[in-house]
Amino acid sequence: MSKRIGMEIALAAAEAVALCRPEVIAAYPITPNTHIPEHLSDIVADGRLDAEFICVESEHTALSACCGASGAGARAFTATSSQGLAYMTEIIPIASAMRLPIVMIIGNRALSGPINIWNDQSDVMYQRDAGWISMFANNGQEVIDMAIQSFKIAEHRDVMLPVNLNLDGFQLTHVVEPMEMPDQAEVDSFLPSFKPLATLHPDKVVSMGTLGLPDIFNESMKAKDEVLKNSRKVILDVWKEWKQQFGRTYEPIESCRMKGAEIALVSMGSMGETAEVAVDELRKQGVPVGLLKLRLWRPFPFQDLKKAVKGVKVLVVLDRAVSFGGPGGPAFSEVRSALYNEPDKPFVMNEIIGLGGRDVRVEDFVEIIGKAQKALKTKPKEDYEIYGVRGS
Amino acid sequence: MEKKKKWPEGWQDVNPGLMVFRPGSAREYQTGSWRADRPVFDESKCIRCGVCYIFCPEGCISQDERGYFHADLDYCKGCGICAHECWPGAITMVEEG
Ligand code: SF4
Ligand code: SF4
Repeated sequence: MSKRIGMEIALAAAEAVALCRPEVIAAYPITPNTHIPEHLSDIVADGRLDAEFICVESEHTALSACCGASGAGARAFTATSSQGLAYMTEIIPIASAMRLPIVMIIGNRALSGPINIWNDQSDVMYQRDAGWISMFANNGQEVIDMAIQSFKIAEHRDVMLPVNLNLDGFQLTHVVEPMEMPDQAEVDSFLPSFKPLATLHPDKVVSMGTLGLPDIFNESMKAKDEVLKNSRKVILDVWKEWKQQFGRTYEPIESCRMKGAEIALVSMGSMGETAEVAVDELRKQGVPVGLLKLRLWRPFPFQDLKKAVKGVKVLVVLDRAVSFGGPGGPAFSEVRSALYNEPDKPFVMNEIIGLGGRDVRVEDFVEIIGKAQKALKTKPKEDYEIYGVRGS
Repeated sequence: MEKKKKWPEGWQDVNPGLMVFRPGSAREYQTGSWRADRPVFDESKCIRCGVCYIFCPEGCISQDERGYFHADLDYCKGCGICAHECWPGAITMVEEG
């Protein structure tokens, strides 16, 4: 039976991961994800989880150790943030190219510099094109649920890809929330044991991480792209199973108050919860505004987005990262490009918000919705703006 | 001559993660096609010391029953190390025609 708990989300994430019985955990502490591996090391030391906890000297080694462990057939887990994730960069596309179903939780934090330990999503956006499945949680319950789902998705034979699960640093990692924690029997019945495609073992010799020269590189890139796109089917199936067993619904894009919405916000991660309060307020005042919470980032949910924005006139994409010198925030440029060839598309505008831990309040969303109302009549001159920046 | 099948035909045939499930298959990859220069061994100068055999990074030089050394051109990449190391000057690198 699931148990109602009140707990810091990072600790709950560690408890949920432990319920998945990972066999190898390798992590290096970095704020704000630290409590996740720290608590897992407690769980291992207390004998509650039979896993190898490898205290590595860097994140580069953490992910390398996970690759080796996963290749040897172990269920492997790591967690990191910001510079730690950046330090893994060399290994990140290798893990996906080798089809190693590692699960990584990212406590999202701004990339340096200036050095800053607080939240935004520039760390994961930096790894956007690496071939991992990438998802965002909005609250503590979703962190627990999606951590467990992640292993099942990653290890499915049609997927065999690493997954990164994103939760905003501090806003989620360090907050105490009421949540429901499934018990071991429930997780065991949901999540089968890991059956690797092949294992590194001298009895049956295989080569992993091979050389790919020009005569095969194209084909291997195409294969990687296809398998990531096709993982969508498995993700949806796993979410359907989750709903059947645990009753909570997961969709690539979660729609809130979208009925008759002329204006819609698109959010990723914890700010969706705050935006929802603003949307509810304004709906009461008769403003036709709705909210789309983008949960699945890779593979990008094109069909869900196109369906969700039907009838919307102005779509405001909220980004928690800058693409310097680019077309706007990363989520904005993907959303706009996804809709570009659609016959009835909304005008798409972009607010870059909450960088490096800058507070994002209900009033800010109210103001942004006000800007969208103006855009119904007069389009803004700039494609994007950094919301609330002083001096403009 | 029968056209050699180039594996894999399409992206669908690529093994997951480009894994190789059969040990020793690198032997089938004939790196000789990379070669621009070919080592030519002059037996009249060769003293059968085996230095070329030791230095060849491909391990493609072997000794024949008379004691002389030759390169297996299916694998020789034409790096020229053997010619550089052969102190009696018995190996010349010749451009492939
Ligand atoms: S190094 Fe030169 S001399 Fe010695 S065996 Fe080889 S070819 Fe002959
Ligand atoms: S050229 Fe290089 S690869 Fe070829 S036989 Fe000489 S040392 Fe070996």
